[in-house]
Amino acid sequence: METNQYTPEDFSNGVRGKWCAGCGDFGLHSSLKRALAAVGAAPDQTILISGIGCSSRMAYHVKSYCFHTVHGRPIAVASGCKIANPKLNVWVVTGDGDCLAIGGNHFIHALRRNVDLNIILLNNRIYGLTKGQYSPTSLRGFVSKSSPYGTVEDPFRPGALALGAEATYFARCVATDGPASVDVLTSAAHHKGASVVEVLQNCVTFNNGTYGDIYTAEGRKRHALYLEHGKPMLFGPNKEYGIVRKGFELRVVKVDGPEGWKLKDILVHDAHAVDHTLQLKLALMEGPELPVALGVIRDVEAPTYDEAVMQQMKEVSARKPYHNFDELLRTSDTWEIH
Amino acid sequence: MNTDTDRDVVVKTIQDLVVLFSGDSGDGMQLAGNMFSTLCAVLGDDISTFPDYPAEIRAPQGTLGGVSGFKVHAGKDVLTPGDHCDVLVAMNPAALKRERHMLTPQSIVIIDVDTFTPAELKKAEYTTEDPFEELGIHNEVIAAPFTQMCLSSLAKYDTPQPVKLKSRNMMALGLLCWIYDRPLEHAEEMLRQKFASKPQVAEANIRVLRDGYNYGHNVHASISVRYKIEPKLQTPGTYTEISGNRATAYGLIAAAEKAGLELFLGSYPITPATDILHELAKHKSLGVKTVQCEDELSGICMAIGASYAGDLGVTSTSGPGLALKSEALNLAVMAELPLVVIDVQRGGPSTGLPTKTEQADLLQALFGRNGESPVPVVSPATPADCFECAYMAAKVALEHMTPVILLSDAFLANGSASWKLPDLSKYPPIAPHDVTPEMASVWTPYRRDPATLARYRAVPGTPGFCHVIGGLEKDAETGAISYDPDNHERMISARRRKVELIDRDIPQLSVRGAADADTLVIGWGGTYGHILEAVDRINRDGSRVAFAHLQWINPLPSNTEQVLRRYKQIIVCELNCGQLAAYLRMRYQHLPEVRQVNRIQGQPFIVDELVDEITNYLKQI
Repeated sequence: METNQYTPEDFSNGVRGKWCAGCGDFGLHSSLKRALAAVGAAPDQTILISGIGCSSRMAYHVKSYCFHTVHGRPIAVASGCKIANPKLNVWVVTGDGDCLAIGGNHFIHALRRNVDLNIILLNNRIYGLTKGQYSPTSLRGFVSKSSPYGTVEDPFRPGALALGAEATYFARCVATDGPASVDVLTSAAHHKGASVVEVLQNCVTFNNGTYGDIYTAEGRKRHALYLEHGKPMLFGPNKEYGIVRKGFELRVVKVDGPEGWKLKDILVHDAHAVDHTLQLKLALMEGPELPVALGVIRDVEAPTYDEAVMQQMKEVSARKPYHNFDELLRTSDTWEIH
Repeated sequence: MNTDTDRDVVVKTIQDLVVLFSGDSGDGMQLAGNMFSTLCAVLGDDISTFPDYPAEIRAPQGTLGGVSGFKVHAGKDVLTPGDHCDVLVAMNPAALKRERHMLTPQSIVIIDVDTFTPAELKKAEYTTEDPFEELGIHNEVIAAPFTQMCLSSLAKYDTPQPVKLKSRNMMALGLLCWIYDRPLEHAEEMLRQKFASKPQVAEANIRVLRDGYNYGHNVHASISVRYKIEPKLQTPGTYTEISGNRATAYGLIAAAEKAGLELFLGSYPITPATDILHELAKHKSLGVKTVQCEDELSGICMAIGASYAGDLGVTSTSGPGLALKSEALNLAVMAELPLVVIDVQRGGPSTGLPTKTEQADLLQALFGRNGESPVPVVSPATPADCFECAYMAAKVALEHMTPVILLSDAFLANGSASWKLPDLSKYPPIAPHDVTPEMASVWTPYRRDPATLARYRAVPGTPGFCHVIGGLEKDAETGAISYDPDNHERMISARRRKVELIDRDIPQLSVRGAADADTLVIGWGGTYGHILEAVDRINRDGSRVAFAHLQWINPLPSNTEQVLRRYKQIIVCELNCGQLAAYLRMRYQHLPEVRQVNRIQGQPFIVDELVDEITNYLKQI
């Protein structure tokens, strides 16, 4: 990692966020600035593109090149930026409606192409800016203004969607969990290719408590599994629980407990495994039986779209006999009139 | 000329010639037509071509729905592909039936007589055994056994018969080259280039082409006349043949080079615009980046992103795609970023007539967005003018910091003309409206150039210019979000005025035709040639009429109103229900009588019909 020549303050434009008091956007805002400083790229070498929604207002509160675009399209705009100038660090701030409903197509295709973007997906399972309609991540039966009798549809699970779309990087953090968020965002930035960071975020106004006790440090101690590549999957107040595989299922066991499970039986996390089967299982873990996985779930190397475009341009350039407009004209089937 | 002088074939000199090649979608009519037009262009003729093909890739063989045509007009002062044809090449009964309306009593019909079997007649829904009598065709017919001749030409090859028959088109082309005195050398060279990787295929096609030519030579007793087209004296120079879509792509490449930027195209395949994507995708050695996007929205959004990051951002589409792009187009309006949006118009609404031409997206281009959203609109007149308009669209976009819509159409896009290679050094410079380092202390995102009201682009990566832009209304001074009523009005007005000021960069509206006319005919876009030909004919026939063609529709040339008010009557001719007419009436109050000539059949104007309708209006004043 580069030495830190920037501080979080270098990415602050001094404009305070206008989110509701207690909104997770404040926490993420602070973590993002710290991550940007940790990454070490200059503010003027950094682009932040957002869509529409509460979290997308982030573009007004970061000092860099920021572009607040239209609903659902930040990933497409960001892809254009990155392909035009791959040297820039390109971030996307988007929400569950912006990214997974109106912008779903751009999300899956950017992942499939592996454009080197850092996509921060703030998932509060609600449309906040339009004042409380269910979103594509709201749980079945969710009661909202647009579903007064409960929704009759199942939610997307962003991890499954991302891995299904061939994502090379997927991580998860909780908006109020500062240090872990900074780690994950920094690691996403260092990943070459499309990175998705799902940020679990409470909406105090329209969907309070949606993540239960995962949202508190105390709750995470008991019900969250912080994944680390190469480390056994242990969690619990004293790391006394671990994850083992039973057939195609994951199970929680107590290490050195009455059932006789030992540390060596516990699965070791492999974020770099190309086969994403186990990573998908981890991404899908949820309570009450299983802990929620946080941290970097998948991080594999693959050619990035933007680099491949540049590479192909270089190769074709070396092969083709024309390198300016005039030379192009001379490649046509031409004739002379005297 | 060859030895015909000592035989009993008469050689007539003609001014121009229209050949319609027509057959099944798989019969290679587009290739034969394209080659014939190039052979004419190489000899110095003006050319105008018009492919007319079905939306289906391969409709059932031999049916009316599968007929694909390619019309070539070559000769002196050619402005259109022609209303009718002098020669109809019909490779099967369906083609004859579909295109019979293109015949005049003097037209020659060339058929592949081997295809006029009871089974083929049935497929083409004939009810009798004599197709000519049934269709009432009494023209001179050359009934050539193209199928048999083709097979015997290729007898020594052991390729399957269906493959051999793919060369039937060359038999027809060879015969035409004999009748119209087009030497084969260039055609053979074209075949060698086209099939460079398959020399055997090239050789087989050349063989058939020569046999077709010799067939004419040998059986000339049944062909009474050969023709010589009077060559046109063109400006000396190097020429090529170019379609509207390729000219559009070239115009963008030229503009990017002139501006010192890389060209970025975000696009989603759509007829009839896709060839622009195909063309630009080839030119990576010129720094051209193309992305085939997941949808139309992504196409424009990627182009906006690329433009924001410092490229020349372009997206190409047709009418349905422009509808999908309208929200993002407004983002470019609001963020005031350079962007070129190409709409190659086709028949609408909805999926409409995907392969046919129409001019019905004008009001969509001008007004099809939410809010007050002024966007410059420019429309080319000819395939070659697509180059000029694409260049100018990019220049205006970059210098005035605005999206620009280029309204082409299927007729221009697929049609082609001979084109004198341009000298890029003679084109006006293009200076992207970017910040300079010394502006850093005073710059805000919406600070404007007082002369043009264009804001200054600060490309990410430029030290000292971190900022935020976006779709929300911004304060004119600080660039911060603003819901202030007066500021909103001020910004609306600035965006409108900025587009109006572009009229300083565009040519004045010029008028041709009779100087003392009371009537002005006005048109825009790809109907230019048809209207001009109609107006020229009316003036030649003794009536007085003037003609003005609009290349820029927003802004209109600054003298437009002044020109319009000079006449007692204005006749607006367009391939829609009257969109330019409505726009002119809206823009200028109390104009002289505005009349309309409209066609909306998916086809270009027919000059005869234009002459009749304009002449009728002339009688009414």
